Amino acid sequence: MCLALPARVLELLADEQAMVELGGVTKQISVALVDDLAVGDYVIVHVGFALARLDPEEAAKTLALFAEMAAAS
Amino acid sequence: MKGPPLDFRNGMVDMSHGGGGRAMAQLVDELFIAAFDNDLLRQRNDQASFAVEAGRMVMTTDGYVISPLFFPGGDIGSLAVHGTINDVAMAGAVPLALSASFIIEEGLPLADLRRIVLSMAAASREAGVPVVTGDTKVVERGKGDGLFITTTGIGRVPPGITISGDLARPGDAILVSGSMGDHGVAVMSQRENLGFATDLKSDSAALHGLVAAMVAATPSIHCLRDPTRGGLASTLNELAHQSGVGMIIEETAIPLRAEVAGACELLGLDPLYVANEGKLIAILPEAEASRLLAVMRDHPLGREAAVIGRVVEDRHRFVQMQTAFGGRRIVDWLAGEQLPRIC
Amino acid sequence: MKYIDEFRDGALARNIAASIAGEVEAGLRYALMEFCGGHTHAISRYGIEDLLPAQVRMIHGPGCPVCVLPMGRIDAAIALAGRPEVTLCTYGDLLRVPGSKRQSLMKAKAAGADVRMVTSAADALGIAAAFPDRQVVFFAIGFETTTPPTAVVLKQAKARDLANFSVFCNHVLTPAAIGNILESPEVRQLGTVPLDGFIGPAHVSTVIGSRPYEYFAEEYQKPVVIAGFEPLDVLQAILMLVRQINQGRYDVENEFSRAVTRDGNRKAQALVAEVFELRPVFEWRGLGQVPYSGLAIKQAYAAWDAERRFAIAAASVPDHKGCDCGAILRGLKKPSDCKLFGNVCTPDNPIGSCMVSAEGACAAHWTYGRFRGAA
Repeated sequence: MCLALPARVLELLADEQAMVELGGVTKQISVALVDDLAVGDYVIVHVGFALARLDPEEAAKTLALFAEMAAAS
Repeated sequence: MKGPPLDFRNGMVDMSHGGGGRAMAQLVDELFIAAFDNDLLRQRNDQASFAVEAGRMVMTTDGYVISPLFFPGGDIGSLAVHGTINDVAMAGAVPLALSASFIIEEGLPLADLRRIVLSMAAASREAGVPVVTGDTKVVERGKGDGLFITTTGIGRVPPGITISGDLARPGDAILVSGSMGDHGVAVMSQRENLGFATDLKSDSAALHGLVAAMVAATPSIHCLRDPTRGGLASTLNELAHQSGVGMIIEETAIPLRAEVAGACELLGLDPLYVANEGKLIAILPEAEASRLLAVMRDHPLGREAAVIGRVVEDRHRFVQMQTAFGGRRIVDWLAGEQLPRIC
Repeated sequence: MKYIDEFRDGALARNIAASIAGEVEAGLRYALMEFCGGHTHAISRYGIEDLLPAQVRMIHGPGCPVCVLPMGRIDAAIALAGRPEVTLCTYGDLLRVPGSKRQSLMKAKAAGADVRMVTSAADALGIAAAFPDRQVVFFAIGFETTTPPTAVVLKQAKARDLANFSVFCNHVLTPAAIGNILESPEVRQLGTVPLDGFIGPAHVSTVIGSRPYEYFAEEYQKPVVIAGFEPLDVLQAILMLVRQINQGRYDVENEFSRAVTRDGNRKAQALVAEVFELRPVFEWRGLGQVPYSGLAIKQAYAAWDAERRFAIAAASVPDHKGCDCGAILRGLKKPSDCKLFGNVCTPDNPIGSCMVSAEGACAAHWTYGRFRGAA
C-alpha cells in the first residue's frame, strides 16, 4: 500500500512547505512531518507530505549488496 | 444597420449571440468568418458546396470537451482541428475540409472565444484544411463547460490504399511515431487539484503530412490509429480485438519522456493509458518495417518513431508487454477512467 | 529517476533470482506473506513470480487500505455525500469502491452529490477554506503512512478554527492486522495457511519503524524482512527470508534501510498520538472485528470529527454472497479460486474491493497476470 516516492528538495518555503522534483516534474509538498531538511535532500513523499528523509549512504549500501549478488552469481 | 463592434477586450458571450438575430450575425461576421476566411464560408450559405474527385471518401466527427480550455502546447480550438484531421488521416486519407460547431456557455469572455477561434483558424491554415461551414449555439450559464466544439472532417483515400483496424495480422510489426503520454500529462499539469508542474507541452499536431509520406513509401500499411483517450494501451487493445490477434510489445522500446514518467509515478498512473494528440500507431508486415521507420524519422512529427512490438496469434487477443525488468505482463484495457491514486 | 530506476534493474534481478534458486533447500517450505498491497502490485506488475523457484510461494496479505475498508463505511460515506450541505473529499482510490446495492461515490457524484477527488488531505482543507458555506468532509483512509498527514490537517483546522471542515476517520493499524492473521486458527492450529515468513511494509515502516515487528518475530517465531516497493527490494527481501528460514532464524531485518529506522518517524508518531486514539474495535473486510486496530479522533478534536458532527452510526453490512475478498485477504484463497473472478467481477464492474484497488490481489492478478492461467 501507500504510493510514496523519493523526490529531491529544490527549495524550502514558508509554512512548512517545500518544492520537490522528480523526473523534471515539480510539486509543492508539506514538510511538517520531517525536521531539519536541506535543499538537495531526498525525501519520501506520500499524499503531498514528506514522510522521511532518504539516507543516501544506506541506499548506496543496498545497491552495493545487489551488485555483490551479481558478482557472486 | 450596424451597431458598435464586439468588445473583444471586456465583453462576454450572452444569449443574444446564439439567438439568430443581429448579435449572432455580428459574432459570425466579426469573429468566425474573419478568422476562418475562405471562399466557401464567404458565400454565407447554410452549407458548403464543392466538387470532389471520384474515389473513396472518409468522413469522421469528434466532440471536444476539455478542461482547462487552454493548456501548454495548444487549446480546445487547435485540438478540434488536429484531432479530426487525424481521424481522417488514420484511414490513409487526404483531409479536404472541416465543419465546426460551437456550443458556448453564456458568460464565456469574448477574449477567450477569440483566442480559441484564432488558434483554430491558424491550425486549419497551417494544415491546409479549411473550415468550410459551421454553427454557433449559446447555452445558459451552468449548462456547459465554457465551450464545446464539434468538428466533422471529410477526406479522400488515395487509390490502392486499404487501411483498417481489422487488418493486423500475425507477423506484423507495430510502430509508434513518438513519445507517449505528452498531451495527457501537459493537460493534467494545469489541473489545480493534481498539484504538480512541468515544462512539458501537449503534442497536439495534425498528422496528415506524416501519413501521406508513410502511405507513399509503404502502401502495404495495414492499420493506423492515433492513441488519444485511453492511450497506447487501450488503442492497441482495440486493434487486437478488431483484428482478432494478440500483441507483444517491449517496454524498453516505447518512447517516453522523463517528465511523463515522473508525473505518472507521482500520481500513480500508467503512462501507457495517458492520452496523445499528435502521435500514431502503425501496423504493417514486418519486412516493410525498417523502410517505414526511416520515412517516419525523416518527418518532423516522427523523429522519435520506434518499432515497439509485433502482432502474434492469440485467441485471447491479449496485449502483453515484455517489461524492462524482464518479466511479462498484460497491458489491459483501461477500466473506467484512470484516477490518481495514493495506494 | 534517482532512487527508483536503480531498483528496477532487470539484470540485477536475474542475479538475485539465481541466488534464491541456488539457496532454497530441498524439503524446506518457503511460504511468504507480503503484507502490503504495494508489494503485491510490484510482484504482479514486474512478473516477479516468474523469477522464483516453485518452493517459494507468495501469499498476498491484507495490506491494502481500500480493500479492507468494510462496506458499511463506504455506505456511510455515500450517505454523507448525499447530504445537500456536504462536499465530500477523498482520494481517487475510493471513488469506484462498491458499497452495498452497487452504489459507489462515483455513481453518487453522477447522481448529483458533491464529491471531489483530492491527492492530499491538505487539499481538502483548502477546499473548506475556499467554500465557507459548504460542510467539507474529508473521507480519510489508510494505514500509518497516510495517518500523519490527516493529523496535520486536523491540527491546522483547529488552529484556524475552520468550522466547516471535518474528517471521517477510517485510519487503521498494521501491527493489529498482522497479529490478527498470526492468531487466526488457519495459521495457528489448522495450518491451512502456511506462513513461514513476512515481507514487512515499506512506507508504513518509515513512520512506525522496525521495532513493532520484533514482537511478532519473537512471539510467533516467524522471520520478518522490511522491504521497499521496487522489484529489486522485493527480490532481495525474499532472498533474506530464504536465508533466515534455512538457518532457522526469526529476526527482524531491514532491507529498506534507506528510509526505515528502528524508531521510525517520532515526530509523525507524536502528532498522531496527539490527535487520534485507539478504537476498542474496528471492522476490517475479511478479518472481521479486530480489537484495537483502528483510530478515532480524540475528544480535543471532536469538533472536527465527522462521525460526531453527522452522527454516523456504525453499521456492519455483509459482502456480496459469492465474493471471496475476505478469504483472499486472509491468504486462504487465491483470486482465481473465487467463482466471481473474471466473469462477474472485473475492474470495469467490480463486486469486491480486491478488484478495485490497483493493489488489490484480484485487480493485480487480472490486470497483469491473467495470461498465466489462460490456455
